Amino acid sequence: MVNLKKDSLIIANKKFNSRLIVGTGKYKSMSECAKAIKLSGAEIVTVAVRRVNISDKNKPLLMDYIDPKKITYLPNTAGCFNSKEALRTLRLAREIGGWKLVKLEVLGDKKNLFPDMIETLKSTEVLAKEGFKVMVYCNDDPLMAKRLENSGADAIMPLAAPIGSGLGIQNKINIQIIRKQTKLPLIIDAGLGQASDATIAMELGCDGVLVNTAIAKAKKPFEMALAFKNAVISGRQSYKSGRIDKILMGNPSSPSKGII
Amino acid sequence: MKKIKKIKIKINGKIESINQDSTLSLVLKNLKIPLNKVAIELNEEIIDKKKINKIKLNKNDKIEIVHFIGGG
Repeated sequence: MVNLKKDSLIIANKKFNSRLIVGTGKYKSMSECAKAIKLSGAEIVTVAVRRVNISDKNKPLLMDYIDPKKITYLPNTAGCFNSKEALRTLRLAREIGGWKLVKLEVLGDKKNLFPDMIETLKSTEVLAKEGFKVMVYCNDDPLMAKRLENSGADAIMPLAAPIGSGLGIQNKINIQIIRKQTKLPLIIDAGLGQASDATIAMELGCDGVLVNTAIAKAKKPFEMALAFKNAVISGRQSYKSGRIDKILMGNPSSPSKGII
Repeated sequence: MKKIKKIKIKINGKIESINQDSTLSLVLKNLKIPLNKVAIELNEEIIDKKKINKIKLNKNDKIEIVHFIGGG
């Protein structure tokens, strides 16, 4: 039997038992978000850095619902469209409480939300030099993934499809090529729509998946959180078990000897 | 009685009027900002939270106070 307990995900020398990372955006309420995270079993959650609402001091705070001592906060630069904004955001995030593990996401187009890889690469270099542990959202381009790795990235996070699109993995070949070339944690980020998409990602050899919209906007977010948890475990177990070779013709499961 | 002079500063994009010679620490205290859950920028420079009681604010200073919220 595969001992999944010992099969930890290691990012920047930190060990995690769950290979599912979830976003904390788009939920109806903070309590819904907190419950979905619990059900997903995720140990890492992405968070955004935004202005404090100084006119409404009673607004609930994320930290009151999700304890950063129990769940690893992964500050994200979502909404940043150039290196300057992304660096500013992550330097602030680090200041909030010493967060060094961060997710870099520099977008290039407001409609398709594809990453601007030139700005992303530039930012990765700077952040790595400043001692950040950078998990990098990127396109599913093996050459760019390699360059990110050479620039000091701590995890490669290619998209499956545009953010929030729910289209699932569009380019399995590229993901497999990236898998073959890197020993860094490879985490599918963005574009998953349903639990089976996560299973496919894990079966391709990815180390984890990051999901937000597919859980938060499902008709039943709690059930979907659980579905994703199981899907990731299932996909990982399937990958580790070594699938059979594909053949074109049929191969009977029952022996032909002794047919009456 | 000498009238305390007011100055205008910007906090998170909003113009606020504060007493001249106020420290950053006092302004944050008045806004009831939980210091352990935020990061602070003064004129686009990150401020060490341990030093805020030594920083006096000037006219037209721009303060940004940020925290973590839900996001993907």
